[in-house]
Amino acid sequence: MKALMFGWEFPPHILGGLGTASFGLTRGMAQQKDMDITFVIPKPWGDEDQSFLKIIGACNVPIVWKECDWNQVNEKLGKFMSPDEFFRLREGIHYDFRRIGTNELGCVNFSGRYPDNLVEEIGNYEAVASVLANQLDFDIIHSHDWLTYPAGVFAKQISGKPLVIHVHATDFDRSRGNVNPTVYNIEKRGMDEADHIITVSNLTRATVIEKYHIDPAKVTTVHNAVEPLKDADSYKKTPRKDKIVTFLGRITMQKGPEYFVEAAARVLQKTKGVRFVMAGNGDMMNAMIHLVAQKGIADRFHFTGFLRGREVHEMLAESDVYVMPSVSEPFGISPLEAMQVGTPSIISHQSGCAEILSHAIKTDYWDIDAMADAIYAIVKYPAMYNSLHQLGKEEVNKISWYDAGLKVRAIYNQVLHRF
Amino acid sequence: MRNICMCFQLHAPYRLKRYRFFEIGQDHYYYDDYQTENRIQQLAQQSYLPANRTILDMIKSSNGKFRCAYTISGITLELLEQYAPEVIDSFRELAQTGSVEFLAEPYAHSLSSIFDINEFDKQLKLHSERIEQLFGQKPTTLCNSELIYSDELGDIAYKMGYHVQMIPGAKHMLGWKSPNYMYSNVINHKAKLLVRNPKLSDDISFRFNDHSWQDYPLDAEKFIRWISNIPEEEPIVNLWMGYETFGIRQQAYTGIFEFLKALPYFAMEQKMSFVTPAEAAKKLTAVDTLSTNSAISWSGETKNLSVWTGNDLQQEALNKLYSVGERVRLCTDKALQQDWLALQSVDHFRYMSHTDAFDTNYESPYEAFMNYMNVLSDFLQRVDEQYPTTIENEELNALLKTINNQEKEIERLEKELKAARARKSKQQE
Repeated sequence: MKALMFGWEFPPHILGGLGTASFGLTRGMAQQKDMDITFVIPKPWGDEDQSFLKIIGACNVPIVWKECDWNQVNEKLGKFMSPDEFFRLREGIHYDFRRIGTNELGCVNFSGRYPDNLVEEIGNYEAVASVLANQLDFDIIHSHDWLTYPAGVFAKQISGKPLVIHVHATDFDRSRGNVNPTVYNIEKRGMDEADHIITVSNLTRATVIEKYHIDPAKVTTVHNAVEPLKDADSYKKTPRKDKIVTFLGRITMQKGPEYFVEAAARVLQKTKGVRFVMAGNGDMMNAMIHLVAQKGIADRFHFTGFLRGREVHEMLAESDVYVMPSVSEPFGISPLEAMQVGTPSIISHQSGCAEILSHAIKTDYWDIDAMADAIYAIVKYPAMYNSLHQLGKEEVNKISWYDAGLKVRAIYNQVLHRF
Repeated sequence: MRNICMCFQLHAPYRLKRYRFFEIGQDHYYYDDYQTENRIQQLAQQSYLPANRTILDMIKSSNGKFRCAYTISGITLELLEQYAPEVIDSFRELAQTGSVEFLAEPYAHSLSSIFDINEFDKQLKLHSERIEQLFGQKPTTLCNSELIYSDELGDIAYKMGYHVQMIPGAKHMLGWKSPNYMYSNVINHKAKLLVRNPKLSDDISFRFNDHSWQDYPLDAEKFIRWISNIPEEEPIVNLWMGYETFGIRQQAYTGIFEFLKALPYFAMEQKMSFVTPAEAAKKLTAVDTLSTNSAISWSGETKNLSVWTGNDLQQEALNKLYSVGERVRLCTDKALQQDWLALQSVDHFRYMSHTDAFDTNYESPYEAFMNYMNVLSDFLQRVDEQYPTTIENEELNALLKTINNQEKEIERLEKELKAARARKSKQQE
């Protein structure tokens, strides 16, 4: 089975959860012996792990025919692909994309991030997809998140192969309801054209069915998993006098940071020996600093700024409680990461991961009383901490990307069977 | 002749209300009256009342030959008196027939037999008084909460005056032995044991309406035939089940009441008789001893105590609770005593089970634990206010003795004084 996947991010250079999920899923799927994955991203850095799949950078695929010689190509792209492949792909240019600005090889420049001209970049990505659809050999197309839906749809139209789209989030999650019509339009078209839709949680599945009016029979949930943390034991918790309660993530509306501050204030009214940490960065950070000052708890509430790589796990491991009060979280991988290092998690019912975790405390994101109560219980009652610590770790270690990959494979088979 | 001994257990707890940590020390009322009442009304209307009517009918139409036993926790009696007193009346009516035995159990349907043996004793006495008050019968047979039993407990119970005990039919205790005999305790041969027949009890309680069960549908004739097929020398079949089997676990539409009603008819046709545990003990002699070192209960496949005491959460809650047993028993505060009992019901710990939180009103075992611990923290604070934990129990005992004896001492001295005065006035005369 050969799958052509369109993605936007791939580790190690990632900006959010999408890259992590793409990596985990493809690696889990690659453990199936007959699975052959080609993964397209806008701009590879060259240090991606290609041991289990083939990565194609959209910025290295020609979309406008330009005369160039072998050496020229080798010099520019040799790091990413062989010139022979470049020339083979060039044969696939069937449309006139000269309106798009290209370099001397006929390739478009991608930022690979989420720039202001994002819609333009999505269009360029679509152009690349047309070339790949003509020249590559594959059985099924798999598009990850809305940025790549147009590319997937175009590839389907050209190749006649079935399209599966993977909904990692919808605009309803990102905007708390204030949906951007352009984005909605792209999402809706992708969902309509897809032969099957995979959602990362039942929560997202419900959004797809209710807000995008998709036939429920076409939508299946495949919950995300988490990569096993090989050096989980190397993260130590330094003994300290105060208990640490942590919020970690983008400090944006979607993540509900203000509820964390409110709950902190409640706990601190009644309890000594607890400190609160808000790790991460985002457009609501300054507002949160104000709120903390207003509540008069700044002496026990700390901001760390953005954390990366190992720092994230270190922060989680040092914590006694991890809180994710997300207002709308399609899946939310960080509680699983916290549980990997043995830190008890409190998550909102409005998070997709709540559907698969039983050894985590769940509250509504707005229910600051319940959240405060849960924080209090974990820091005050040792059995609570110990149970969540031990059983949570065991639970999360059982969740594997391999199993998720099998579910995706079953969907492939079902779609191809129908085709 | 074959005997059938039927025992029904009735228990409903006080449900705790949502109690947040910031209420600790502020709010001393812990109960969700609405939920408690709702549950007890449901039990009364759908199960207890119709079942009692059926049993009364059965006793009357068989001229008192149908006999059975009840084990009703003190807490349930309280709740019934408060919310459904008609159930108490109908039990009184049953008591008057003389065909019904009331069994002893710890008042709060608690795990006190495992964690605090003095508390166990106290609760048995309390329960016994209450039963006598209500039904004019002093219980003589022990039916511990959830049938909890061990060798040691069997001996202790005997010494407390309970010479017959109903115990669970655990495979690892019975081994090759049949539950259908009378046995005795391995330490104390005088303590008689009646063993619950797990298969036949569960057939009614759990499988009666199970369509996937090979023996579905079950009717009274078939059930009695099974009992008569048991080897002839086995004298007794003990059926023990929750009373809510009739009407709630098995809804009325399944025909469970008709099944119950038809049992004596077919049993008597087969020349079987019904006995209460106390009567069984008089009629039969023990054929052998049974031994189990670790405590067993009737629950699940494993028949151990794991659904109440199996995980860390339950252990912590129970240890914290029973750490103050001695102090609470010293207290005279009525409200504190009442809460102490209500907090001991096994249900609160069952809700904390990861594997089988039967009938829980919490979203997860963790929530059950959080809520319970918040309530318990407040309770412990109140105990501490009465008797600070900084004072050792022995010291406290001595102090209390002095205080309690003060009155007697004063009385004695006053008497002496009076006598002396009287002598003096006599002398003066």
